[in-house]
Amino acid sequence: MRKFLKTAALSALLAAASAQAFAASITLLNVSYDPTREFYQDYNAHFARLWKDKTGDDVTIRQSHGGSGKQARSVIEGLEADVVTLALAYDVDALRLHGRNLLAEGWIGELADNSAPYTSTIVFLVRKGNPKGINDWGDLVKPGVEVITPNPKTSGGARWNYLAAWGYALRQPGGDEAAAKKFVGDIFRNVKVLDTGARGSTTTFVERGIGDVLLAWENEAYLAINELGPENFEIVTPSVSILAEPSVAVVDGNVDRHGTRDVATAYLTELYSPEGQEIAAKHYYRPRNPEVLAKYADSFAKVELFTIDDTFGGWTRAQDEHFSDGGIFDQIYAIR
Amino acid sequence: MAGGTASLYARGRETQRGATRDPAWTRRLLIGLGLTFFALFLLAPLALVFTEALRKGWSAYFSALAEPDALSAVRLTLLAAAIAVPVNLVFGIAASWLIAKHRFRGRTLLTTLIDLPFSVSPVIAGLVYVLVFSAQGWLGPWLLDNGYKVIFAVPGIVLATVFVTFPFIARELIPLMESQGTEEEEAAVVLGASGWTTFLKVTLPNVKWGLLYGVILCNARAMGEFGAVSVVSGHIRGLTNTMPLHVEILYNEYQFSAAFAVASLLALLALVTLALKTFVEWRVASARSEGA
Repeated sequence: MRKFLKTAALSALLAAASAQAFAASITLLNVSYDPTREFYQDYNAHFARLWKDKTGDDVTIRQSHGGSGKQARSVIEGLEADVVTLALAYDVDALRLHGRNLLAEGWIGELADNSAPYTSTIVFLVRKGNPKGINDWGDLVKPGVEVITPNPKTSGGARWNYLAAWGYALRQPGGDEAAAKKFVGDIFRNVKVLDTGARGSTTTFVERGIGDVLLAWENEAYLAINELGPENFEIVTPSVSILAEPSVAVVDGNVDRHGTRDVATAYLTELYSPEGQEIAAKHYYRPRNPEVLAKYADSFAKVELFTIDDTFGGWTRAQDEHFSDGGIFDQIYAIR
Repeated sequence: MAGGTASLYARGRETQRGATRDPAWTRRLLIGLGLTFFALFLLAPLALVFTEALRKGWSAYFSALAEPDALSAVRLTLLAAAIAVPVNLVFGIAASWLIAKHRFRGRTLLTTLIDLPFSVSPVIAGLVYVLVFSAQGWLGPWLLDNGYKVIFAVPGIVLATVFVTFPFIARELIPLMESQGTEEEEAAVVLGASGWTTFLKVTLPNVKWGLLYGVILCNARAMGEFGAVSVVSGHIRGLTNTMPLHVEILYNEYQFSAAFAVASLLALLALVTLALKTFVEWRVASARSEGA
């Protein structure tokens, strides 16, 4: 697979090179979600260098960040993204469902590993010394524990948080749908602030000092610790969590109009290269490449990960059952 | 904003009346309360903006402002204001001249419509443009097919800015022109001046300070607008971020000093606006006392 990808990347590069005999200056727009800002800043510089070496063309990559669902909405409404790199497959699929010829069916098979070049998971960020003794999902429902998570309706990260908690409850002795519903409901009864996006929740927890535990993307938790001081916070990895697969896709309708399909495809394919994987790992995204993962093994806690496909039957089903209007999340949150 | 107009022209008329004959302690208490409130909610935040901006020193301050994305945000903000203010200037003068000096059907309706941007939340204003110009909206598909970009591009930002700053100049001029009446214009016409000459030589000089006052307020809002612009911006760095949006981005990236550095530029702008506004008020007051 990896070999195939390399060949594909190379042929894409060559095709682009022959198509544009003169050095041109190209602009790509990458519409992404909240916590990827720092990662793509580094990766864009890497890709621009690579592209210049291979083709002689200057490529400028512009970035737009925000809550994953909101960003998908903007692209559907006409934000001219060449590529989207969102928090979950469902938000990318929204382009296909609601967009005007934006994305072709079967986009998720276009790139390797479900079109998710890096993964992440959900961990807990707690205050230094872990004063409330939070070690696993079960501790979140204890009375007096204040939980901070964004709103699953608007935030991709929050949907992963919710599903991770649900999956944990299913894996407990006697765990079934009803038990999981009660468990997740109990967690949300402890939620004090429901921000719209992951970055907003981090700011609530870290800056405003509200809450005992923040349910966060692993990379977001590391970033918060690095930026704002390891003396104030620590990361707790639960016994089991979800394998979060943030999906990427070339936006067919837009690249065809811009004439940027080749460079956009190369941009995403390069994410799978050892260099791309290494940049991801440096920003605490779990790389798919086993060698790179081994090299950065210390950065990532060992945790049993379940996937959305094996536990929830894929994103479309999970979205319909849990997050649609009147879905399980609405029922849980209404009786809070 | 109508309040601003009233205060501008009602100045200097208060004399020693009941309120100032209250017992000393009442006066002190009220003044003290006012000053405390002022210090707590206006002065302290303003001071905080500058201290936070300079926390990492002057070099960090200037490098935050010289950063390409910040420069592009400043450029876009200036561009949006440079288009919105003249457009609203022309419209504001025309509309207030029409409303104040003429009587016609639908005059009240026009006055109400001019006030609309004040009563509509800026976010809604932005969403209206999204509904009209987005790929899913009324005009969006046609625009897209013909290669025009409106929302998530500079035209959308300019449109949103024009919308929210629409009433400032007209609202400033209408009461002023109404209070001046039409006698001078009538005299000019009787003496044989054309409509255009009457406007240039009589109407415009009479309202020049009010006009300037409106332009200052309009400009301040154009540069500071967040809500409406945020909805139509698409947040593309270095392309469609204005200064207020750039401040939010920097803050969310934990670059607090840089965020406050850009915020301090906006605060400086506010202070300059305040100084200009005071100057204009002072000119109006002195023009009045000379006239009286």
